[in-house]
Amino acid sequence: MANEEEFFFTKEHEWVYFDDNVAVVGIAEYAQNALGDITYAELPEVGADVEQFEQFASVESVKAASDIFAPLSGKIIEVNKKLEANPELINKFCYEKGWIAKIQPSDLNEKNNLMSQEEYEQFLEGLDS
Amino acid sequence: MQLIFEKSMPGRRGFDISACDVKAEAKIPAPYLRKTECLWPEVSELDVVRHFTQLSQRNFSIDTNIYPLGSCTMKYNPKFTEKAAGIKGFADLHPLLPQLDHSLAQGALEVLYHMDRLLSEITGMDDFTLQPLAGAHGELTGVMLMAAYHRAKGNKKTHIIIPDAAHGTNPASAAIAGYDIVTIPTDKKGVLDLEALKKRVNPETAGLMLTCPNTLGLFDSEVDRIAEIIHSVDGLVYYDGANLNAMMGRARPGDLGFDIVHINLHKTFATPHGGGGPGSGPVGVKSKLSRFLPISRVIRTKENQYALDYDHPDSIGYVASFYGNFGVIVKAYAYILMLGKEGLKEASEHAVLNANYMMEKLKAYYDVPFDRRCMHECVFSASRQEKKGVHAVDIAKFLIDQGIHPPTIYFPLIVKEALMIEPTETESKADLDAFAQAMIKAAELAESDPACFKDFPKKMPISRPDEVKAAKEIRCNFFA
Amino acid sequence: MSSFISNTHADVESMLKVIGAHSIDDLFADIKPRHAPKSFNIPSGRSEFEVMEHLYRVAAHNAVHLTSFLGAGYYDHYVPAAVNALASRSEFYTAYTPYQPECSQGTLQALFEYQSLICALTDMNIANASLYDGGTALYEAMMMAIRITGKKKIVMDGGVSPIYRTIIRSYTSNLDIEFQETPVVHGRSDREQIVKILDNKTGAIILQNPNFFGAIDYHQDIVDLAHAQGALVIESVYPISLGLLKTPGEVGVDIATGEGQSLGLPLNFGGPYLGFMATRKEYVRKMPGRIVGETTDTQGRRCFVNTLQVREQHIRREKANSNICTNVALCAIQAAIYMSLLGRKGLKDLATVIFQKAEFARQELGKIKGVEVKRSSPTFNEFTVCLPVPAIEVIAKMAKKGFAAGFPLVRYYPGMDNYLLVAVTEKRTREEIVAFKEALEEVLCS
Repeated sequence: MANEEEFFFTKEHEWVYFDDNVAVVGIAEYAQNALGDITYAELPEVGADVEQFEQFASVESVKAASDIFAPLSGKIIEVNKKLEANPELINKFCYEKGWIAKIQPSDLNEKNNLMSQEEYEQFLEGLDS
Repeated sequence: MQLIFEKSMPGRRGFDISACDVKAEAKIPAPYLRKTECLWPEVSELDVVRHFTQLSQRNFSIDTNIYPLGSCTMKYNPKFTEKAAGIKGFADLHPLLPQLDHSLAQGALEVLYHMDRLLSEITGMDDFTLQPLAGAHGELTGVMLMAAYHRAKGNKKTHIIIPDAAHGTNPASAAIAGYDIVTIPTDKKGVLDLEALKKRVNPETAGLMLTCPNTLGLFDSEVDRIAEIIHSVDGLVYYDGANLNAMMGRARPGDLGFDIVHINLHKTFATPHGGGGPGSGPVGVKSKLSRFLPISRVIRTKENQYALDYDHPDSIGYVASFYGNFGVIVKAYAYILMLGKEGLKEASEHAVLNANYMMEKLKAYYDVPFDRRCMHECVFSASRQEKKGVHAVDIAKFLIDQGIHPPTIYFPLIVKEALMIEPTETESKADLDAFAQAMIKAAELAESDPACFKDFPKKMPISRPDEVKAAKEIRCNFFA
Repeated sequence: MSSFISNTHADVESMLKVIGAHSIDDLFADIKPRHAPKSFNIPSGRSEFEVMEHLYRVAAHNAVHLTSFLGAGYYDHYVPAAVNALASRSEFYTAYTPYQPECSQGTLQALFEYQSLICALTDMNIANASLYDGGTALYEAMMMAIRITGKKKIVMDGGVSPIYRTIIRSYTSNLDIEFQETPVVHGRSDREQIVKILDNKTGAIILQNPNFFGAIDYHQDIVDLAHAQGALVIESVYPISLGLLKTPGEVGVDIATGEGQSLGLPLNFGGPYLGFMATRKEYVRKMPGRIVGETTDTQGRRCFVNTLQVREQHIRREKANSNICTNVALCAIQAAIYMSLLGRKGLKDLATVIFQKAEFARQELGKIKGVEVKRSSPTFNEFTVCLPVPAIEVIAKMAKKGFAAGFPLVRYYPGMDNYLLVAVTEKRTREEIVAFKEALEEVLCS
């Protein structure tokens, strides 16, 4: 990953890193690769409340539609408007320009329910076997 | 090729309406009138005829090409059935006539009544509704019947069990009827994992949806035992009739323990697919569910007349506006009358023979996920070819260049790079040999020159449309 | 062997050898003796000739010789011969759903043209490639509105076809949807009631134009009301009427649906029919059914594909917008052919002729003593009359005189025993209308 931030992951292949105390969220390489060329991203409303591991967004490709689950509970404070015209940013730059939303977390302890990058990489190895 | 709108020329007329022979004083008040102009094209009859004739020539079809699409039963559509459906007494009949007076539609009601009896006997069920307008519609109706049964009994049921090999309409229908889905895996023999099933069945199981033979083309000999397990919790067993063509006269879902069945007239009973409809998905039930069937039903009165019967207070109501796709039902009726007892059994026998023949011809070249006798369809995996970079879709595009419609690809989902072949009984050995030759050539080419597949098809007017672009730009209306 | 099986006995022998089986029975080894059918009492097969003769005899027992004034949503229009000649080309009707675009551009382009024609007809942005019929299309539109707004209260205008309303109730009896029905007052939507009931919990209001009683309305005010409350407007329309009447698009309707039988399909005793649906582009991803989209191929050539399939059951499975698998492709193609033949001027002329004839019929029937023609609203092709005696009796007597006199409203509206819904199409000549009036007069006098 080009970014120097510390990334956390979910079992559904969402990632999150923290910019000050704001959580930036997107989907990981495994997910974007499985979907193929993404044609549409359905983003949440700014101001909406989300709960950890509940569906809050979705992406579509030609062959699949995938729900995206919030890695943390909180409030949506920003969404990546660039994805409206250029959903393929998720494929090309899934960890940077292809970010999906920014959440103001309500309970930072929820981080304990996420995987570290190392744990996620082990998790991925487990999947392929 | 141009669109019909691009052929439009001001002043051209396709069809003249007779001059108005009355004069009436009234006018429609101005606010009710359309202000915009309708942009329909202005073309002559010859323009329209050339246009649609040329369009039709861009299609593969059963009448022009081998079309071995697995799970679709692309058998030959007999021409006399078209003639039958076109008989004026059927085609010009207004659906509300029997609701005014049943004597006005005795012929049509007779057809519906007899189809109910014939389908019941073919499937071993007690009663049928012909109302559902397509297979998926039949499925939804079937699940609604399941829900009605459980409601009436006061049963608390939360989920329906569906095999992982099932067609997407199964979970979609179950979800629309308000049930959760529990998925059971397919075992190494290619049939439902019985142990996994026994673990997941509990008193909240509303039922199980099963295709039989399953979507891998395999008949599960334990099907009756599976039904017993579901019945033990007062669950209902639903038969997805997509594959009925495999077993007519040899086994009947009603005898195997199924409580609800749906049939696809456009598959098993040879009515045309039409490029994606219209179809017809009649639903049959055991008598314990009859009272929930949609209304109207067709009965025989004391005077030996046929009549519509709405007196079923427990009915789920209307699932369609009338009695079903009558124009499709007539075709299936004609087909069943012509084939008769022996012909239906023969159709299944030859469907199974043809599929096994294809299996045998191709098993040396394509991976077989389950190496056992198949029924009316066989599933291969292009995983060997995939290692060389040639996917199921590439093999499909190669076949198109050979003038053969590809088999079903990527279904069932549990087989990687799936290729599902259902030849049906109407293909000849000679045509199957030609098809097998083409498949073998594809396998050989995948070994010798895998890179060339990217360019297929080369002989068609278009090749590999950009589906990503279509989904992003969403250009679905010439005028927008 | 039945004539549809190509294999000869020699072929069968040869194939069994290749398979390594002794007989066809061997191939069915997985079906055990205990699975055998308890009975299979299907009559023996017959020849094509015998079957056709049987069907001609059966069909003769259907009353298609009556001069028809029966409508109620399904109309006796003239279908030009070219429609059947083209739609019965077997390259169209024996093809499957166009999953392989390179060998189905015929179906795909025809459906794209159909979608565009429906949009031009209704002044909406985007249409799907058809649904089963007008009733199920209306139900699907309602579910779509609930998906879009997230609100489960639905206001239903009493002028919507009772057949459609019954379908909707049947599908939703176990869903958590709140229905409120508003009455029809002097033939039109009851604005007073609508204002009372429409609120910010409303997901959609469902209207029909012309309504089931034949009355035309102008729904702009209701549309504005609904939008102010964040509700969507769904309108079911009679397609030919849009040759003259204000379109759903002009009025701001969000989802337009209707029965496309009048666009070149025979009456067919209830089906196959054609449900059309058109909506705003912003709602396209919530729309059920097949959608055909334009794109280009590897060489930049224009072509058409099934698009947005991820909404559909075969991919989305339990999260699909609907469980619909097929559309009624062949019917949509027939309609596209009919609409192309009719053209924009033909549509306007046809609508005008129908309106004139219906008005003439209305005038004529109004001359009969005891017959009250309902005049509180303008009508288009269909109108309501009140007879001095129950409509069912009149219909029976008129049938003996060779007329399908109309639809008795008591069939769906208890208490309206004497009301008759009369429809007129371009096929009804002046002579027929006058003869109808005279026959009715005779029947009422006796």
